[in-house]
Amino acid sequence: MTLPVELRHDETFVLNLGPQHPATHGVLRVKLTMDGEYIVHAEPVLGYIHRMHEKIAEAGSFPQFMPNTARMDYLHALAFNHGYALVVEKAAGIEVPERAEYIRVITVELNRIASHLLWWAAFLLDLGGFTPLLYAFDDREKVLDLLERITGSRLTYCYMRFGGVYNDIDDEFIAGTRDFIRRLRSRMPRLYHDLVTHNIILIKRITDIGFISAEQCRRYGATGPVARGSGIDFDVRKNEPYSVYPEFDFDVPVYHECDSMARYMVRVDEMEQSMRIIEQALDKLPDGPVQAKVPKNLKPEAGYYYSAVETARGSLGHRLVCDGGKNPYKLKLRSPTFSNLSLFGEVAEGMLLADALAFMGSLDLVIPEIDR
Amino acid sequence: METSIWRPIIYLVGIMAFAGVNAAYLGWCERKGAGRIQRRPGPKEVGPAGLLQPLADGIKLMTKQLLVPQGVDGIIFRVAPVIAMIPAITSMVVIPFSGNIQARAMELSVLLLFALASLAMIAILLGGWASGNKYAIISSARAVSQNLAYEIPMLLTVIAIVMISGSMNLRDIAIDQQGGFWHWNIFRFENGHFLYMWVGFIIFFICSIAETNRAPFDMAEAESELVAGFMTEYSSMGFGLFMMGEYLNIVVGACLTATLFLGGWDCPFGQTPGVWWFLLKIYILIFTVIWVRWTFPRTQVYRLLNLSWKILIPFSLVNVLVTAAFIKVF
Amino acid sequence: MSGYWSDILVGSKSLLTGMMITAREFFRPVVTENYPYEVPVMTERFRGHIELIPNEESGKPNCIACMACQRACPSDCISLKGSKKEGDKKKSLDSYILDFTKCSLCGSCVESCNFNALRFSKEYNLASFNKDDFIIDLLKRLEDQN
Repeated sequence: MTLPVELRHDETFVLNLGPQHPATHGVLRVKLTMDGEYIVHAEPVLGYIHRMHEKIAEAGSFPQFMPNTARMDYLHALAFNHGYALVVEKAAGIEVPERAEYIRVITVELNRIASHLLWWAAFLLDLGGFTPLLYAFDDREKVLDLLERITGSRLTYCYMRFGGVYNDIDDEFIAGTRDFIRRLRSRMPRLYHDLVTHNIILIKRITDIGFISAEQCRRYGATGPVARGSGIDFDVRKNEPYSVYPEFDFDVPVYHECDSMARYMVRVDEMEQSMRIIEQALDKLPDGPVQAKVPKNLKPEAGYYYSAVETARGSLGHRLVCDGGKNPYKLKLRSPTFSNLSLFGEVAEGMLLADALAFMGSLDLVIPEIDR
Repeated sequence: METSIWRPIIYLVGIMAFAGVNAAYLGWCERKGAGRIQRRPGPKEVGPAGLLQPLADGIKLMTKQLLVPQGVDGIIFRVAPVIAMIPAITSMVVIPFSGNIQARAMELSVLLLFALASLAMIAILLGGWASGNKYAIISSARAVSQNLAYEIPMLLTVIAIVMISGSMNLRDIAIDQQGGFWHWNIFRFENGHFLYMWVGFIIFFICSIAETNRAPFDMAEAESELVAGFMTEYSSMGFGLFMMGEYLNIVVGACLTATLFLGGWDCPFGQTPGVWWFLLKIYILIFTVIWVRWTFPRTQVYRLLNLSWKILIPFSLVNVLVTAAFIKVF
Repeated sequence: MSGYWSDILVGSKSLLTGMMITAREFFRPVVTENYPYEVPVMTERFRGHIELIPNEESGKPNCIACMACQRACPSDCISLKGSKKEGDKKKSLDSYILDFTKCSLCGSCVESCNFNALRFSKEYNLASFNKDDFIIDLLKRLEDQN
C-alpha cells in the first residue's frame, strides 16, 4: 500500500498505548512513534501479565498443571486443555475412549464458537459499534450455559483429564447444542451479516487495511485465521490431524485478500464450519466410557514429546520433556498469538492510528496467552 | 414589541430550564434507548424506570474533585468546558419554538447560529490543547478538521433554504412553511422543490450529526482509539459540562433541522400549529440521532473527510444550483 | 466513477438495513436477567468452593483425614488435621481449612477423594472486602448448616 504522505522521521512523538487502553484488551503495551496520526514505528511491549506457567508446570505433577492450561487462553480454554491432555497421553501411552474424544471435539468446537463470537464483539467495539457486542454476547451466553452444565464452570474450564473427560454429556446437553446451532444459524444472516458485515462503514473501515502477505506470515510463524486470511491453507485439524477430526467433513475457509476483512471473513466462516463439525459429532457419538484407566501416579518414559492443536487463534504446540519422574522436566508452549502479534510492529508502520487499532483488533489478541 | 423587564427574565429562566432538563434527561433517554436496542432494560434502579438517574449522576459529578493535572494550562483548562456550554445555551435565544414563543427574532439568526456552532469546536480545541495529553491533542486536531469539513455542506444546504424563503430569520423561514406538510421545505410542492429538497435534508442531517461529534462521526471522542479524546483529563463537572454541551448541541441541531426543513411549529395537516408539534419533531430527530449512534460502527478520520469533500460538498453545491434553477424556471 | 455511485447507493441501502434491524430489536423484549431480584439456579455440576459432605445418619463429615485432597491440590489451599478419637475405628476430622484465595476451582481434591467426603458447593456470592473471609473453616461451615 502506498502512503498518501511521506513520513517524517525527525518530527515525531512517542505515544504510549497501554498497558491500560480500551483497545488493547488486556495489558498489552505498544510504544508508538508517531508523525501526527501516522505511525512511524510500533513496538509491542510484553510481560505485564507473565505468570511463569511453564515453570509452574515443572513444579507440580502432571495432573496438577491441568487447571493452569485454562488460564492462558481464557477464551479458548478447552483447546489448551485438549492440547496438554494430548501431549501427556502421547508421553504416557494412554488410549482415550472414542466417546471421550468425541466429547472433547464437541466441547472444543463449542468453545471455539464462543471465542470467535467474543472476538467479533470486541472487534466491533474497537471499531466503535457497541450494539453488535450485546447481540454476540446474547449468543455466547447460550454456549457458556451449555458448557457450564457439562464442565461446571463458565470460562476457565478444567474439563479434560488424561485418558478422557471429567464428566459425560447428557441428552439435555445434546438437545441444547442442537438448539443453539439452529438459533445461531437463524440469527447469523440478519444480526451478523446484514447489520455488520455488509455495512458500508465497516467495509470501508477494514478492507485494504492491515495487509499481511503470505511471505510475512511464514517469516513470523503466524498461524490460524491470520495466516488463512493471507491465503495460507493451513489448519492443524486438517494438515496434522489429531483426535477424531479426520472423521468429520469440514472445510478450512481461506481468503486471499490478506487484509483485515479477509481475517474477519475467515473467523465468521469458521463458526459455520465448527457448527458442522459439532452436528456430525453429535450424530456419530458412540457409546462407551468417557475415562480410561490411568495410573494414579503418572510417570511417562523419559523423552521428548510434541503435539499441536488448532485453537481459535492458531496452532498451539506443547513440547514436553520427561525425565521419567512424576513432574514434567520441561514444558514449552508455542502459543499462536505471540507469533501473530509479532507481525504488528512491521505491518503497522505507516498506518494511521485508527487503522492500526482496527488491524490490531483483527489479529484477535489474548494477552495472557502471549505472556503465559 | 413591549419593553417589559419581565420578558427577558422569563425567557432566561425558561431557556435555562429547557436546556438543563434536556441536557440531563437526554442522557437518560440515550441510555434507555441504547438499552432497548441492545435488548437490555437500561437504567432502572434510581427512581421509577431510573428516572432519577440523571440527578444521581449530577450529584456524583458535582461532589467529585475537579482534578487539574500537573502541566496543564490551568486557566484554559478550566474555561474550556464553560465555553462548550455557552454557545449551546445562547443558540436557544433565536430558536422559534412556536409562533409566539421565541426570545428574540433576529434578522440574521441563521448566521448567529452558525457562528455559535463554530464556538463549540473552539471549546474542544481549547480543552484538548490545554490538557497537554497526546490523545487529547490528536482529538482536538481531528475535531477541528472535521468541523471545518462539515460546516461547508451544512451552510450550502442552508443557502438553498434561504434562497427559497428569502430570509435569514428563522422565524420568517418557519412562517413561510405554514399550512400543512406540503408547504414544508423538505416536501415543498410549490415550484417543485420536493423533487430534490430531501437530498438537502439528508445532507443537513448528516452534517448536524458530524458537527455535534456524535457516532458514527465521533472522531474526537473515539473511546476505543483515543481513550476519551479531549475529555481524557477532565473529571467532575468539567467532564459533566462537556457532556451536557454535547447533548445541548444535539438539541440545537434538531431545532434547526425542524425549523429549516420540517416547518417549525406547523402541524402536518395544517390544523393546530403549536409548540407541541415543534417538540414532537425535535424529539423524533433526537431519537433518530440516538438510534444512528447505537447502530453503526465509527468511521475513520479520512473516510469522514472523504465523505464530506467528495460526496456531501459536491451534492450540496449541485443542490444550490438546482434550487436556483427551480426558483428561476418555475 | 462507477464505484462512486455504487458506493453511495449500496452504502445507503446497507445503512438503512442496519437501522431497520436495530429498530426491530428495539421493540423486542429484554433478555437481561435481573440479577439481585432473579437469582440464577446453579447447575448440578457447578463448581463453587468445596464443602464437606455430612454423613446421612450422624451428620458428621464423612472425611477420615486421609490427606489425599491436600496432596492433590496444585496450590496448597487445603490444610486439614485429623485424629483417632476414643472408641472410633477410623480417624475423624479436627479441622479443615480451605484457603480460597489460592484456589482455582480445578476440582482435583474432589476427584481424589475416595470416601465421598468432598463436593462442590453452589456458593457464588463470594465478594468481600476482607481477605479473612476467604479462609474458610469447612468444619464450622458444616456445623452451621446443620
